[in-house]
Amino acid sequence: MSIEEKEQSIIDEFAIYDDWMDKYEYIIELGKDLPLIDESKKTDDRLIKGCQSRVWLDAEKKSGKMHYSADSDAIITKGIIALLIRVLNEEDPKDIAKAELNFIKEIGLQEHLSPTRSNGLVSMVKQMKMNALKQVS
Amino acid sequence: MKTVGLDISAIRKEFPTLSRKVNGKPLIYFDNGATAQKPSSVIDRIDQYYRNENANIHRGVHTLSQEATSAYEEARITIQRYLNAKYEHEIIFTKGTTDGINLVAFSFGEMLNEGDEIIISAMEHHSNIVPWQMLCERKKCVLKIIPMDNTGELKLEELDKLLSERTKLVSVTHISNSLGTINDIKTIITKAHNAGAKVLIDGAQSVQHLKVDVQELDCDFYAFSGHKIFGPTGVGVLYGKEEILNEMPPFQGGGDMIKEVTLEKTTYNTLPHKFEAGTPNIVGGIALGTAFEFLNELDMGAVNQYEQELLNYATKQLSKIEGIKFYGQAKNKTSVVSFLIDGTHPYDVGTLLDKLGIAVRTGHHCTQPVMQFYDIPGTIRASFAFYNTFEEVDQMISALERIIPMLKD
Ligand SMILES: Cc1ncc(COP(=O)(O)O)c(C=O)c1O
Repeated sequence: MSIEEKEQSIIDEFAIYDDWMDKYEYIIELGKDLPLIDESKKTDDRLIKGCQSRVWLDAEKKSGKMHYSADSDAIITKGIIALLIRVLNEEDPKDIAKAELNFIKEIGLQEHLSPTRSNGLVSMVKQMKMNALKQVS
Repeated sequence: MKTVGLDISAIRKEFPTLSRKVNGKPLIYFDNGATAQKPSSVIDRIDQYYRNENANIHRGVHTLSQEATSAYEEARITIQRYLNAKYEHEIIFTKGTTDGINLVAFSFGEMLNEGDEIIISAMEHHSNIVPWQMLCERKKCVLKIIPMDNTGELKLEELDKLLSERTKLVSVTHISNSLGTINDIKTIITKAHNAGAKVLIDGAQSVQHLKVDVQELDCDFYAFSGHKIFGPTGVGVLYGKEEILNEMPPFQGGGDMIKEVTLEKTTYNTLPHKFEAGTPNIVGGIALGTAFEFLNELDMGAVNQYEQELLNYATKQLSKIEGIKFYGQAKNKTSVVSFLIDGTHPYDVGTLLDKLGIAVRTGHHCTQPVMQFYDIPGTIRASFAFYNTFEEVDQMISALERIIPMLKD
């Protein structure tokens, strides 16, 4: 699946929630579900400090595709990270670098990607793209 | 649970924002520590200024300029009277608390020498830490810290050990924004003066809660922001004793702060203009005067009592929540509750409360050293003003009861 296709499938999943409560419950479940990063990788050099929540990000390239793992101490942040990873993982660095990630807005979570929120997510997305860009050149 | 002297529902009607909705719910505004809502009188004053009076001040013979100048200078007098400053020229208009502290750190700082000492406390806002660190770097001065205990009270007995003949300034907050502690600043001021040091009080969290009398306190400087006391953003006040302000060199150079300029040399204007370079926030100053008129109408004793009741009620109701931990349990506290709930992160709680129309602050509240002291990433902070109600506190409790199970596994 391409990045856009994965984004569309998330938008479709969220379409069934008309209530914010259900939507956030789903995000929180995503956040609780899986360990997104190996504990040993939660080191200071992988830490993105937001004022509000902290995010750890690790990026690798495996056989031409990017492979991300990440975590956050806040569960809503972590749930959104899970979505971002689902969209960007195993994709070509070129495609990641130019991905617009409009799905976040489509599913009504744009506020979490605003710089004023300072939850680390904006910096994380920037970092994910930088990591991809480095692999392109 | 009723309070004499305050008609809360009438007061609420004065604040238009309080009747708006957020995410479809009536707004419950518990972020007064960050900034306060504005009464209609302040909003109308700003509107009226731009519609009728707009002109530059202190530099025109025409009617509009004179009207604007008088309005601005009358605001200064309103503020002087409210704070009981000796002279109106001891009221310097600034951009806010941060600006006032930076003014002192620069101008008073210019008079310091290598090895001189400045004392702050362990519970300061970053704006009462960083300017001093910058000064210490610039002038090779030494910064010392009054420690605090677990309840969030300053250990004032330590102050005696910190004070020395090299101490030039003690700069402490009147009320902690993250913990709510009301510091015993009278004792601090007396101790500092006995040691020959001057005192700056960060009053950012005080004027909205307590009646402040700068002569009674005998502080040398007192800084606060307009926006936290129901006035506009971008304006604030630095009170300073005339004698010290006269001794200090100017902070910024430009128009208004000069007496005479030649290309070789400039002589400076008198107080307060010496510290007010450039066109100031004219409408801000005028509307800040209106905010003080609003405060003048209130019985601050009754305000304080009502806010204490809100604080006690909120603390009691919150303590029923399993796993709650409070930060800041000083005996003498203002209406701020900072807390964490086991197994939840403040960001998540704050986000979900917002979905229910409740505005609280989460994070470190610009007091990272306080968070480091307790070894926590931040807290959830509800800070009340006199327009908040017991019902709103109940609604926050119900909201928390709904949210917490969502977040815990
Ligand atoms: C205790 C304290 N000091 C200083 C400040 C800084 O005020 P301002 O940002 O308005 O300059 C604040 C604001 O949060 C505060 O609470």
